[in-house]
Amino acid sequence: MTEFTLYTFLAASLGLIAIGIGGVILSRNLFRIVLALSIAEAGGNLLLVLIGFRHDAIAPIIEPGRALTTMVDSIPQAMVLTSIVIGAGVQALALALAIRARASYGTLDMGIMRARMEADINRVAGAESAASLHAPASSSTLLTERKA
Amino acid sequence: MLTRYSALIFAAGLAFMLFVLFSGLPLGAPGMVVGQAVLDRAPAEVGAANIVTAVVLGYRGIDTMGELAILFAAATAIGLVLGRSRGSRHCPPAIQPGGFILRAGNDMLFPLLLVVGLYIILHGHLTPGGGFQGGVVLAAAFVLPVLARPTDMPSHAAMAWIEGLAGAAFILTGMAALAYDRAFLAPLLGTGEMGALVSAGTLPILYLAVGLKVGAELASLLLSLTEEGGD
Repeated sequence: MTEFTLYTFLAASLGLIAIGIGGVILSRNLFRIVLALSIAEAGGNLLLVLIGFRHDAIAPIIEPGRALTTMVDSIPQAMVLTSIVIGAGVQALALALAIRARASYGTLDMGIMRARMEADINRVAGAESAASLHAPASSSTLLTERKA
Repeated sequence: MLTRYSALIFAAGLAFMLFVLFSGLPLGAPGMVVGQAVLDRAPAEVGAANIVTAVVLGYRGIDTMGELAILFAAATAIGLVLGRSRGSRHCPPAIQPGGFILRAGNDMLFPLLLVVGLYIILHGHLTPGGGFQGGVVLAAAFVLPVLARPTDMPSHAAMAWIEGLAGAAFILTGMAALAYDRAFLAPLLGTGEMGALVSAGTLPILYLAVGLKVGAELASLLLSLTEEGGD
């Protein structure tokens, strides 16, 4: 692998991380945020594997009858194995929370969800909130519909 | 709109900063202090042809146990969040069974997926792969029938039993090393002949436990997501 390919991979992994973080900031949809998190995680995994790479080495698997040569660093690879598994758990948990939020508020959009959540909190507290004045008319009617 | 542009600028700046930081690394020729020591000692100490497996199960077995604990915590939390006790809608009647192609494909693929998954698990100490990767294939084998025949779901109780027994087997194998005055989860039973299927001591047993546990865990996790998503 040449130097150029190596730096292409570095740029790709960092680009994946940046795309993922940008997606988390930019999206309003909870499902897209989960997808963006998984993209950022893929970038991080690629970066970890890349750090353990050696120009003159083979994969860290010993074949009987072959002379011992240098191998790539196996510790980042083991760490990536851990990271992938934990990433799967985190994504599944985030998806479950998103499903729950959709069941409670009827939407995956963060803005609408926040408006409904604030309206709920205000209703429980019995306060006439200033925020409800700014909320779109549709959200308050939807809320009463849901209650009815 | 301002938020969008500032977020884009932030992400681009972050990428640039990381690129500048990481381009200073000795890419392609890392220092490998611990890595070289592991490569030198692992064949004699652990006897696994796959060095990554030697690291995952031989040198940091407790980390792997923590990883299993995290996966278990995630599955438990999902069960808690999705709350199966509330309302007794086991299977929403709106879901219709899969078509002929899906069902026939499922019948053909199910044994193949089982064989491939168990092969990957049992050869984890010889070839690329292992308990986690093979466990995911096993989970796929058990989720595929749910797509084809949504009316008869596999039971959660069986999954929970497999998962609990596999986790107990992992910990008991680790504690067996204590009886020989070794550290917790230290490989036992000698190293065996390098590259043979029965080699590397207790590592295949540990990976089999990991594979069954991961498979049952992921399958039950996907099942609870499917059940909840039905409405």
